[in-house]
Parts: sequence; C-alpha cells; structure tokens
Amino acid sequence: MLKKKKNKNEIIENPSVSKGTGIVITVVMTLLAVAFLFPIFLVLMNSFKNKLYISDAPFALPNSETFAGMYNYVNGIQKTGLLAAAGRSAFITICSVIVIVLLTSMAAWWITRVTCKLSTVLYYLFVFAMIVPFQMVMFTLSKVTDFLHLGNMFGIIPVYLGFGAGLSLFMFCGFIKAIPISLEEAAMIDGCTPVQTYFKVIVPMLRPTMITVAILNAMWIWNDYLLPTLVLDSEKPTIPMAVQYLRGGYGSIDMGAMMAMLVLAILPIIVFYLTCQKYIIKGVAAGAVKG
Amino acid sequence: MQKTYKKYFALFVLPTLIAFTLFFIIPFIMGIVLSFCKFTTVTNAHWVGLANYVKAFSNKDFINALLFTVKFTVVSVITINVISFALAYGLTRGLKGTNIFRTVFFMPNLIGGIVLGYIWQLLINGVLAHFNVTITADPKYGFWGMVILTNWQLIGYMMIIYIAGIQNIPTELIEAAEIDGANKFQTLYKIIIPMTMPSVTICLFLTLTNCFKLFDQNLALTAGGPAKKTAMLAYDIYTTFYNRNGWEGVGQAKAVIFFIIVAAISLTQLYFTRRKEVEN
Repeated sequence: MLKKKKNKNEIIENPSVSKGTGIVITVVMTLLAVAFLFPIFLVLMNSFKNKLYISDAPFALPNSETFAGMYNYVNGIQKTGLLAAAGRSAFITICSVIVIVLLTSMAAWWITRVTCKLSTVLYYLFVFAMIVPFQMVMFTLSKVTDFLHLGNMFGIIPVYLGFGAGLSLFMFCGFIKAIPISLEEAAMIDGCTPVQTYFKVIVPMLRPTMITVAILNAMWIWNDYLLPTLVLDSEKPTIPMAVQYLRGGYGSIDMGAMMAMLVLAILPIIVFYLTCQKYIIKGVAAGAVKG
Repeated sequence: MQKTYKKYFALFVLPTLIAFTLFFIIPFIMGIVLSFCKFTTVTNAHWVGLANYVKAFSNKDFINALLFTVKFTVVSVITINVISFALAYGLTRGLKGTNIFRTVFFMPNLIGGIVLGYIWQLLINGVLAHFNVTITADPKYGFWGMVILTNWQLIGYMMIIYIAGIQNIPTELIEAAEIDGANKFQTLYKIIIPMTMPSVTICLFLTLTNCFKLFDQNLALTAGGPAKKTAMLAYDIYTTFYNRNGWEGVGQAKAVIFFIIVAAISLTQLYFTRRKEVEN
C-alpha cells in the first residue's frame, strides 16, 4: 500500500493544546492577521479616492464625493511610466537570476571539488563579501559601472552577478559538500567530461538549492532601489525607482497617483507569492538555515 | 579527477570571478583607499591621511545617526524576535487554519522597502492627522514608525525560521518531558527554547544586520526628517556622498566605519550564540 507522503512544508493539524487555549490562540491570530493585512487594504481603498481626500482622512471609505474611479491609475501610469518600469524590473530580475544561478553554481562546484590554495582563498573571499554592506562600495561601484558604460538594463546584470555572488556561492558550496563524490567518479569512468558531469549529474541534484537561490535573489533584485538608482539612467527607472520619483523634490506628492502606484507595485508580488508560496517559504527557511 | 577539473577553471569560475572582481573587490579596495583621500571623482583624489575619519567622528549628524541606529536596532531586534517566536509557537500547536495565518504573516516580507515606507507613511500620517501633525514633526514618531514598519516586515520571515526550528525538535523529546510530568511552560523553557537555539542564532543575526543596514524604509518613511534627526547610518552615508559637495571622502570614511561595525556585530553575535546551541 502506498501512503501519500505528508508534505513537510504543511503544518500538521493535530491539536496539542486544550480546546479553550486553541480558541484563544485562533482569536489572537485572527486579530493579528487582520492587522497585518490592514495597511495593504488601506492603500488599495485610498487608490480609488480623489487625491485631496487621502492625506487628511485615509481611514474614510470612498463616497460619491471622494470616489475617483480609475483616474489615479491612469494618471499615475502616465506620470511614472510604471508599465515600462515593470517591464524593465522583470527583465533585469529574470536575467540576473538566471545568470547568478547558473554561473555561481558552476563556480561553487569547482571551488568545492578542487582543493588547492586558490579555491580556499576564493571561498573565503566570497564569504567575506556577504558581510560587507552596500554603502561600503556604493560610490566606487557606481564609478566603475560609469567607466564601463553599464548604465542600462543589460549592463546591470553582471553587476548583480558580482555583488550577489557571495551569498549564492556560499549556499551552493554548502550543498555540494554534501553530495558524495563517488557519483562524479562513476560518471567520469563512464566517459563524461567535467561539463557533462556537471550538467547531467550535479545540476539535477542541485535543483532544490537552485530554486532557493533563485527566490532569494529574485526578492532582492526586484525590490532593490539603491543599486539601480546609482547605476541606471534615471529616465529609465525600475519599479522602486519610479515609485520614489513620484515624491520628487520638495513639492507635495500626488497622493492619488502614489496610492495607485503602490497597489500596482504590490500586485505582481502578491500574485507571485500566492502561486509559488510553497517554494518561497521553503526557500526562505532553507536559505536562512544555511546562511 | 582533481587534475581534470582544474583545467576547467576558465569555464566554471572565471565568469563569476570577473564580475566579482570588477563589482566587488575593486570597488571595495578603492573604497578603503579613497577613505583616506579628498576627492570629488576618482581621478582627482589626493591623500589626506586620517582627516576624513576625524571629520566623520566630529560630525554631529553621523553621531546622531549612529545612536539612532543603535537604539532602533536594539528595540526592533527584541520586539521582532519575541513576537515572531510567539507566533511560531502558536502556529505549531496543530490548530486549524495555521497555514493561512502563516501565509498572511509572511507576505509583507516580499514587499520592497520603498513601497513599505510609503504604505506606512500613509497609515501613520493618517493617525497623526488627528493631532494635526505629520510623521516628520517629531523624531519620536519617526523612530516608532520605523520600529513598527520593520516589525511588520520581518516578523513573518523570522516566524518561518522559528517554525522550522520548532518542527525539527523530535516529538519523542517533548513526549518524554510530558511523561516525566513537565507542564507546558517547563516544556517550553527546558526543551523547546534550548532546542531551537540554532534558529535563534540565525534570527538574531538576520534581524541585527537587517535593522542596522536599513536604508530604503528610512528614505521612504521619513527621509531623515525632521532635520536629519531620524536618519540612520546607511542614509546618513548616502546624504553625505550625494547631498554635500566636497564631503565625498568623509562619506567614504563613514562607510568604512559602518562596514567595520556591521562586520564586528555579525562575527561576535555568531560566535556567542553558536556556543549556546545544544548538540543534537
């Protein structure tokens, strides 16, 4: 008889507390959940209000006088070019993640399998990079990218590879160390070149770690504000840049457009989260345990 | 096999290494050197010794940012870890609907700092509007605004790690404690908390460094206002670089100090909590 394997990610429902305590916990959790969702709901509600009625009374529901329909969305998209920004954000995130996952896993394999002075030095250099805050290299990095003319959405991809290599490589190394080397030896005896061994033997086993690394990097790059601000042309912003530009100089913010843009910025993240929830939560937990 | 592998260095390692060298190692070394120089661009730098560091430490904004960051980090690390541990404990009691709660609590973590900042600016300014002030009226508001925002963002993340830690405890251990007559609190203090020490290490480490390095949220929520009183270290370094001509060297010196503090926190914290972990 085949038993359905219990998904380890799901929390098993088998109460270990009395009924009374259970009800108390559920009530407290429900209240907290409502409190957690409230800010997002508030932004959504205000995105349909006329901009004059947002700052002073954000908690008031829209009525016939304050309801603005889709005006804020149309106006905001025109003002910020958010759709184009979303395209750029998606392009940069997807390409960088693919490049990071492929190249750092390859480097991690070499560094783990070859024992020499060079591989040890490289390993510690990458680990060291993880504790360096971005502000440390902020100014000089932007000078390097200016010098190399990388201020566009293609040029920023190698920058993300270089700056994101530390954590990704560290996680891959941790996993590859646990793979028995005998598998690779068998593959070599069967006539595989290292490239074939890597793609046919290592990559299939690395898949769960690759998903983890991809999710962690995607979350970081999609939301990153400072690096693209310093590297990219300000005429061609990513989503976080476009949102920040709405604030502009010292003038007052168009709160209507701001609310609509916040909703549009959150929307893809929530859709992505609800569809890949299982992987995201697993990935984050695994990433933290290794990091 | 080693020998065969070694030949493939150029293919496997070189692409990553080139990017890493260009965008990390070179900027890092240049950053250290430039912190001892006066410059506006890289090419016109000249050596000034420790002058930038002296200026940084006698800069009121920097000291204020340092104190603000430390206070903020201490308060946030405690609240985030206590609340997220409590949530994780509550959500591992096997009650109905725990997966939905977990989904909801984790969600804010995926939203970027800039967007988070503006969401909370709306909410906090809405509350403060009843008193006819805004968030930048008093540094107090900015401080607690940042604490609440950071809690909202990081609680779900830490909760996931604590849940994984609690679920990894062998059930026999808890059953054995119950058979021996331990009550719920004794089980919690004598079994669950010591057994989740690895998760505590990770969560403390993550919250400490995340809080200390906060930038986007700071920029969007208060932009340092009023009068740079709520500027944190990362934001102060940024404004020194880009809003104050001739102070680039000081900005770089501040960045080096910032790096040394972050590295020191990470290493000590890791060293101390690793020792407390229970072997299993």
